[in-house]
Amino acid sequence: MTDQTQNAPRFGGMNTAAVAPWVIAAAFLLVMPFIFTSNSAITIMNQMSITIIFALSYNMLLGQGGMLSFGHAVYMGVGGFFCVHIMNMVEDGGLPLPLPLLPLFGGLFGLGLATIVGAFSTRKAGTVFAMISLGVGELIAACSVIVVAFFGGEEGVSGDRTYGLPVFGVEFLQQIEVYYLIAFWLMLSALLMYLFSRTPVGRMANAVRDNPERAEFLGYSARWVRFYSFCAAGFFAGIAGGLFAINYEILTEENLNLTQSGAILLITFLGGIGFFFGPILGAIVFTLLQTVLSLQTELWQLYLGALFVATVMYFPGGLAGLLMMHAPALRSGRAGRLVLPYIKTLGPALIGVLALAGLIEMTFHLRHASLGDHHMTLFWVDLDSHSLVPWLVFAAIMAAGFAVMRRNLPELLSAWHSANATGDRS
Amino acid sequence: MDLILVNLIDGLVTGLLLFMLSAGLTLIFSMMGVLNFAHASFYMLGAYFAYQISLFFGFWMGLLIAPVIVGVMGAGVERYGLRRVHQYGHVPELIFTFGLALLIEELVQFLWGKNQMPYAVPEVLHFTAFSIAGNSIPAYKIFMIFVSLAIFMALLFVLTRTRVGMIIQAALSYPKTVEALGHNVPLVFMGVFGVGTALAGVAGVIAGPVLGTFPGMAFLLGSIVFVTIVIGGLGSLWGALVASLLIGWLTTFAASYNVAFADILTWIGFTMPADLDDSMWRDLWTLTMPQIGPILPYLLMVLILVFRPHGLLGKREA
Amino acid sequence: MFKKSKLGISTALALVIGASAAMADNIKIAFIDPLSGPFAGTGANGLNQFEFAAETLVNAKGGVLGGDKFEIVAFDNKISPKESLIQLQVAIDQGIRFIAQGNSSGVANALTDAIEKHNKRNPDDRVLFLNYSAVDPALTNEKCNFWHFRFDANADLKMDALTDIMAQDKSIDKVYIIGQDYSFGKAVAAAAVRDLGNKMPNAEIVGNELHPIGKVKDFTPYARKIVASGANAVITGNWGADMLGLGKAVLENGYTGPIYTYYAAADGITAAFGETGKGSLRLVSEGQLNPPVSDRAAEYVKAFKAKYPDGNVSQSRITNTIEMLAKAIDGAGTATDVVAIAKQLEGMEHENLWGGMLKMRAEDHQVIQDVHVLAHTNEGVTFDYDNSGYGLIAENTVKMAGMDSPTSCKMKRP
Repeated sequence: MTDQTQNAPRFGGMNTAAVAPWVIAAAFLLVMPFIFTSNSAITIMNQMSITIIFALSYNMLLGQGGMLSFGHAVYMGVGGFFCVHIMNMVEDGGLPLPLPLLPLFGGLFGLGLATIVGAFSTRKAGTVFAMISLGVGELIAACSVIVVAFFGGEEGVSGDRTYGLPVFGVEFLQQIEVYYLIAFWLMLSALLMYLFSRTPVGRMANAVRDNPERAEFLGYSARWVRFYSFCAAGFFAGIAGGLFAINYEILTEENLNLTQSGAILLITFLGGIGFFFGPILGAIVFTLLQTVLSLQTELWQLYLGALFVATVMYFPGGLAGLLMMHAPALRSGRAGRLVLPYIKTLGPALIGVLALAGLIEMTFHLRHASLGDHHMTLFWVDLDSHSLVPWLVFAAIMAAGFAVMRRNLPELLSAWHSANATGDRS
Repeated sequence: MDLILVNLIDGLVTGLLLFMLSAGLTLIFSMMGVLNFAHASFYMLGAYFAYQISLFFGFWMGLLIAPVIVGVMGAGVERYGLRRVHQYGHVPELIFTFGLALLIEELVQFLWGKNQMPYAVPEVLHFTAFSIAGNSIPAYKIFMIFVSLAIFMALLFVLTRTRVGMIIQAALSYPKTVEALGHNVPLVFMGVFGVGTALAGVAGVIAGPVLGTFPGMAFLLGSIVFVTIVIGGLGSLWGALVASLLIGWLTTFAASYNVAFADILTWIGFTMPADLDDSMWRDLWTLTMPQIGPILPYLLMVLILVFRPHGLLGKREA
Repeated sequence: MFKKSKLGISTALALVIGASAAMADNIKIAFIDPLSGPFAGTGANGLNQFEFAAETLVNAKGGVLGGDKFEIVAFDNKISPKESLIQLQVAIDQGIRFIAQGNSSGVANALTDAIEKHNKRNPDDRVLFLNYSAVDPALTNEKCNFWHFRFDANADLKMDALTDIMAQDKSIDKVYIIGQDYSFGKAVAAAAVRDLGNKMPNAEIVGNELHPIGKVKDFTPYARKIVASGANAVITGNWGADMLGLGKAVLENGYTGPIYTYYAAADGITAAFGETGKGSLRLVSEGQLNPPVSDRAAEYVKAFKAKYPDGNVSQSRITNTIEMLAKAIDGAGTATDVVAIAKQLEGMEHENLWGGMLKMRAEDHQVIQDVHVLAHTNEGVTFDYDNSGYGLIAENTVKMAGMDSPTSCKMKRP
């Protein structure tokens, strides 16, 4: 696990390099709805933003604190459930509250639950912590179907966000208004989480992760450092839950269960736990795969699983780790040398992988499509899954793609070495 | 009284089945420090392979061949997957098995579809062995008990009485020393992983016909296996046995007796609210034991981890 | 963060492609149900039935409004309420006006809520919700709204019919009710207690319990309790693996009486029960396959089986959904003004392909139809399920079940 200090600019001196990514990100969030105007694109972006906050909060545990949790969804879920109940109280007229403040309450309830659970679960790290998180997660998820008064059973609890006090005349009727609300909270939470990682507690979390004994010798209680990280993670997960409540106006059992907790682990690891921006990448890629790829193919989970296993096996640093591998070459100005070999290797590899996916899709079609239904559309081409030609074509493309990749791989490797090797010494 | 006896037998069957899974998992953990999340997936593969084989060669060939295939696959996963990920540390290893579990579930659905498979108890064992007060005990259950007991004996014998077992036990504590003595520790690891997953395969073969063979079967059992070995103490075979039986009986008895919480609450001294439907605590008052039965093991695990982190019979901390 | 732009563009591309691929002048129906995950089998089979019904019953007959064809657009909701809401938004953005969903009352609750809010907030692109399978009574009672139409008989109506038929069997005097611990399971239990009390005052309810949904590995302890209680009838609303697990455990542990179920058929369940279930398993359902009610119905099933040899015509209400929607669109003379179409659907009477009549009650948008009690058997079965030789044969029928049943629905009409 690489520590982010080496790669991210230090916060202390408020120089432009430190501020620039945040300004660019904010500008991005402002402009995005003008590029993608459809409601569904905005809904997907909302989902992405919520997942980003959730994944960042998860990485406070896994990446920064070295605590593997199998039950992080409950903090988001419980925060969200409280927010829906508050929303309903507002609707009943008992509580005048502007909607944008709601996520704060979600955060506080997430924090409250994390304080209780953290009190006994953070005494140990490692397997003990992981298993307690699994047990607590399972218990609370099971409660959601038993305690109907609060969790609403299987159908969940729903509310209506439009009854809050209007803020500058905005009643949050439209998705776009919700988008900007979520974007605001995304920037705020991401910034706060980043700043947290720069505080002494955040720093000590890294130290405790890497070597708890040494941290103890320095006079820090590993347990309390873990506890603070855990509470902070619960707080931000609760904020994500509050935003979920605002965006979907409903919370159900799925917000609490093991699947959700597992998904956030996948997302965070896919993005890369070693860097602050890793979970952001993971959340974006995962949401796109889940909502967009699933429109294209029934087999999306198969591809997702394969992608995930491949990531763990070959790029344990995740997407962020992969990107940051290029930082030295970029700094030394030799990154240009990599472009051509990349195209020559990854281009064919991509074609090969797509052809392989094509073969898998055809197999699936052959096995599961209706009788007499031979036609399928693959990569915008109509073909007959029962005739030999498309099989041969796809197999040939795949073989050719991988063969070219193999042939060009040495070239890429030598280009890689030349781009990186002398970087520091010269 | 009769029902207690019947429940004891049922709980024993559930517990022993759980033991076949947790025995392999705890061996793998104690040897390599890997919590194998895909363990229940190998159980599922066992059931599916056995079903496929039983279509052509009958149930008994399935029982013989399917675990071998599963074991070979398990060994392959160790050799080509885990060993590679091992260098990155324990968390990536765990996440690797987590991803593998997802992938196996998808592959099973890809190959066999999403429906229940009509994998049935063999005709020879399709009769009632005996009945207690109208409750029949199928012969298949007796068969399950014998298979799992035989496996436990065999494991115990191999681990404590044979040379291979000695090497395994030594490699558990001092892998470097064992390697220095000229033993091929990676090979031992691969073997243990293969045998562990093959055991899960056996469990799948014999549980498939009674518990159903469907893509969700691994997920249903997945986390409870962890709970078992954590409660029993990571790395302890006897612990796994005790915890498996404990959980088997706990869930069976919890499901069998409709103890209502209303009675308990009244006994403590609370009075039931008059307008129960509007009460905040209505769910507590209407709760019964079977409703919470399946989550009791999780509660037990959390309590054990908080108060006795090395489990019931474990020697070292989890 | 810089990576966002590229990925964003690819989303946009994907969405544009998704939209343009379906640009032809078809009337699109969004099918939002699980196509991946544990319930994908049921979802995919439902999708096949929808596609087949649209093709055979509407498109092959010249379409609606003088030539417009129906097109089913599938969206995978992974049986998750959250994903359903996202896919609903995508469907609305593609200009789809009709949303069909059926698996899981939880999802249906989320969708009906979201659709009501959407229609209120966006009067220009309102949508209709065609619920073909979610049977939680609340959807046409306290949670009803103008945009929701249910084509299946709800849990209360089915229980009403079932207890009518059980009451004819004088040998039943001890009934055990067991179900999954969630809204539908509780609705079934409540309806059973109420109806048994009214119609069979002599029958004793010897057990009434809920078990955690999808978490029970072994149903043997439950089966022991049922056997020990001396019950001679079991009622359960279980479905999927919980149904199979419960049914097998009960039958293998010495119970021989009838098991009255809601969902013990098709999707592999019929095949997995096989001989074990014969003589015991009963199913309360709206459509009848065996014996075929008419040549037209038999032809339809044959044609379906010819196209999907591994599929089942397990949700006969799907044909009603398609036919009634087509009739309403023709009657309203528009495929875009959903208020006019909804007004056509209200009170519509229609001849059921599976025998009898259909009436869409205007006050709660619940279809009233014949409800049958079907038996699991391999004798006299013209159309089996799962190609297993076993199928369902109609034993008893209640005509227009629950025609005058009460509803608490107070609908706000636009």
